[in-house]
This record gives sequence, structure tokens and C-alpha cells, in this order.
Amino acid sequence: MRDLGTQEFIEWADSYLRDELSREERLRFEEFCSQNPTYAALFSEHVSFISSLKQTDARASFKQALAETAQEYYQAETVKKPAKIIRLWNSLQLNAAVAAAIAIVSVFSTLWLTGYYSNLKKTSTDYSALRRDMNTVKRNVNAHNAEIKNIKSDKDNTEDMHFGATGFMITRDGYVVTNYHVITGADSVHLQNHKGESYKAEIIFTNPEKDLAILHISDSTFKSLKNLPYTFKKQDSDLGEDIYTIGFPRDEAVYGQGYLSSATGYAGDTLAYQISIPVNPGNSGGPVLDKDGNVIGIISGKQKGIDGAAFAIKTKALLETLNSIPVDSLKGNIVLSNRNGLTNLNRTDQIKRLQDYIYIVKVY
Amino acid sequence: MSKEKSDINFDLEILHGIATGNNLAIRKLYKLHFPAIAKMILNNQGSREEAQDIFQETVMVLYDKVSQGNFTLNSKLQTFLYAISKRLWLKQLTRGASKYHQDQIDSLEDSLAAEEAIEEHVLTEANLNQMEDALLTLGEPCKTILQDFYIKNASMTDICEKFGYTNPDNAKNQKYKCLQRLKKIFFKK
Repeated sequence: MRDLGTQEFIEWADSYLRDELSREERLRFEEFCSQNPTYAALFSEHVSFISSLKQTDARASFKQALAETAQEYYQAETVKKPAKIIRLWNSLQLNAAVAAAIAIVSVFSTLWLTGYYSNLKKTSTDYSALRRDMNTVKRNVNAHNAEIKNIKSDKDNTEDMHFGATGFMITRDGYVVTNYHVITGADSVHLQNHKGESYKAEIIFTNPEKDLAILHISDSTFKSLKNLPYTFKKQDSDLGEDIYTIGFPRDEAVYGQGYLSSATGYAGDTLAYQISIPVNPGNSGGPVLDKDGNVIGIISGKQKGIDGAAFAIKTKALLETLNSIPVDSLKGNIVLSNRNGLTNLNRTDQIKRLQDYIYIVKVY
Repeated sequence: MSKEKSDINFDLEILHGIATGNNLAIRKLYKLHFPAIAKMILNNQGSREEAQDIFQETVMVLYDKVSQGNFTLNSKLQTFLYAISKRLWLKQLTRGASKYHQDQIDSLEDSLAAEEAIEEHVLTEANLNQMEDALLTLGEPCKTILQDFYIKNASMTDICEKFGYTNPDNAKNQKYKCLQRLKKIFFKK
């Protein structure tokens, strides 16, 4: 038995392990092992190897069982959950709809009751341009008459515009500035001075962003005036400065005085001042002068609902606009006067000198 | 989270089921212990998938511990599983860059037991993975022959018939060769 081959011994060992041997043979195997340490070692190695083989298999099958169970468990869990949510949704759909409707109604009615919408409207439209609708009734009647007259002739029947505002000279040879909003949509523009002399003017240049329009008196009856008594102040003026204006809110010139109340205009416009002078429709385009007779701005509009908040476009914006006029649309250079003839006069004398240079702008 | 008197018996039942690879036991294990552990992981920056992975590994740790045969449950099964999951999750977290401060709420004993079990598990896994790899490299039909003989305890005559050997002795020879090859592959690694 000593020269037993390894293969035979393993077979024997397997039989022993599988319990296929008789009691006698088992004893013999055990005795053989105890007598041959080499074989005993081989046997124990074999046993541990086989056990680890078995363990591997058992573990693998457990792992698989675990994975399958886990899969089942998660699936059951994930399937269950959406079902629950859907059921909940189905049962609460009506409640949700009613709640949403009530929420919407209450939100909007609250907003309406608290005057949110009217505030909104006010803030978005509280700037009013100060041109004057003249003779509204008369104009309507005239328009009707014109309509009746034109009823047979197939002319375009756009209604005539008729507005009044103010404008003032920037050069002695007939350049006049006013607001863009005054002359928008104009068929023709006429300028009339305080003596009642009326001249036809043409629009040289407009700047809608800055709300400025440059006109030129094209009438042949117009004669150049004396040098302008006022100058244009390029620097920003200071808050609280004493200022005044002359305009035509009606057919007569109206004097208004106040002070410069803010360095910026409507909604923070840096090209305008806020001024505190009572102004009315028709004041648009009027000059704003400081106490020395420098033009510091041009009246453009006021804010509705706020007392004494009128706005004037800064002279700087006017100068920028003048500089941006293409040369070929000019009729002779614009040379601003730099001699101020008003400085040492008192206010009434200043106004007397000024009056000749301020026009009522009539837009048809 | 069984709160009845028979808590411990119930735990033991599950352990027994796991040792014998009973599917029902695994299912129970999930139902009773997964939610708490999933919650713990979700509360600590984990995703649902990560919770599932951790729980599966936890069960494998338990399995390894149980299949050693010398496992005695010192605390409730829930506590044991929770400690293991926590350890595993901690390890996974600290492997990445994220910081996690271990809180001292769980007792030292529990965490020590968990640590020990995990170490054992890692060893066993390494060892058995090697065997699995060896079996894979061995290939067919050797793998099935060995499995049939040593694990399913099939007789040599059955194997002879199944694989179409002319007589059981041939099959025996083949089986021996396969075993030798498997040993060679296993020990080489």
C-alpha cells in the first residue's frame, strides 16, 4: 500500500468522504492516514479544497437567490408607489380643481380690490406731454364740414391735426426748437409771435428719443431778428436754482416761475431735469431760463398725479441734437449766440426782451 | 422591526433560513430590515440604488458570518445589520472625497462586531472569488463534472452516462484530471 498513486488515493479519499465505504474500510483509511503523514497532509488539503469548492457554489447560489429576491422586492415597491399616487390624484382631482379656481379668483379679486391694476395703469401712463389740443369742438365741426365737402371728391380723409405748443429761436436767422411730440404727424407747422405775425415753418430735423424737433422759418416775409438776448448753458444747473419759463398754454404768453427740483427727469432720465413750475398743455417746447437769462432746458412734459413735477429736457441734449444734424439738411450754419443781454436786467425787462423770440407753434 | 416577544426566535429563524439558502428568509429579511437601512443611507447623501447595493452586501456579510457556523447573535439582528450597513456605507463614503463624521451613538461593541464580520466577509469573498474565477477558467465539461460529483454527490455511473463516457473508469480518470487542473489554476493565482 505504500506505493499508492496519488490518483488512487484521491479516489479512496473521495469514497471515504462520500460515505461509500464499509466500517472496516473506513477504519483502514484512517489508519493508513495516521501511518503516512504525507498522505494525511494530502487528504486534509483535498478536504479543504473540496469544502471551499462547495462553499463557493453555495455562496454563488445564495447570491443569485438574493439578487432575485431583491429584484422582486424593488419591483414590487416601485410598482406599488406610483399606483398609490395615481389613486390619490384620482380621488383629489376635483378638490384640487376647486382649490385652484378659488385661489385664482381670490388672487385677482384681491388685486383688483386693492387697486393694484389702477396703480399699474397710472404708473405706466402718468407722463403727459404738454401739447394743447386747440378748439376741439371747432376743429370737430371743421372736420365735419371738410368731410361733407370732400364727400364727392375721393381725397384722403385723414383728420387734420391741430395742436398748439411753444417754441423758441436758437439762432437769429430762423431756427426754432420745440418738442418732437408737438409736431408728430404734422401736415404743416406755423409759428406765430406775440405780435400776431404768423410764419410757415418747415421741419429740419427730429430726434424722437430726446423729444426734440428743429424747425426753420421758411416764410419769405420773415426777417432776421436782432441777436438773441439769451445764451445756452451747457453745464448742468444746480438744484434749487431759480428758473422761469414763458409759454403758450393759451393764445397769450404765460409766464411761470419756480425752481429746479431734481437733476433727473421722468423715470431717472439723465437728459432731463425735474422742475417745479406750474405748466399746462401748450407749455411744451418752451424755454427754461435761469435768473441770468441762460437757457437751461426745454419744457417737455409733466407727471400726472404729482403736484409740481414737470420735466425739462437739458440744453445738453439740444446741443447734442444740433450736432447730429446732417449738414445737407441745414439751411445755413447754426451759430449759437454767446452774448447774453439779459444778465443785468430785472425779470420784467428780461421778459420784454425775450418775448420776440418765443413763438406759439401751431400744428395742422 | 418586529416588536413581539418572539423577536429573538424570529431572528434565529431568519438566520437559519439564510444558512440553508431559503428564499423566503431572504424576502423576510428585506421586508423587515431594508426600509430602516435605506432610510439611513438616504439621509446620509446616498441614493436609492446605493442603498440597495449596500443592503445586498450587508446580507452577504451576514451570510458569510452564518455559513462559518460559529455565529452567535449578541444583539438584535436589526442592530447587527444596521451596524454593518453603516460601516459599509462609511467606507464607501470615505473612499470618495466626501467627509462623514462618525457619530458615537452606536455602541462600541456593535461596531466592533460589525467591523470583524466585514473583515471576515472581505477575506472569504476574496478567497471564493478566486475559486469562482478558477472554475470559470477551467471551463466545460470539467466544471460540471466536478460540480456534479462533489456538490450534487452524483455517482460516477450517472456522470458517465450524462457525459457519454464509455465506462465509469474513464469518467473517473477524467474527473481526476479535471480536479488536478482546477487545483493547478487555483493555487497558481
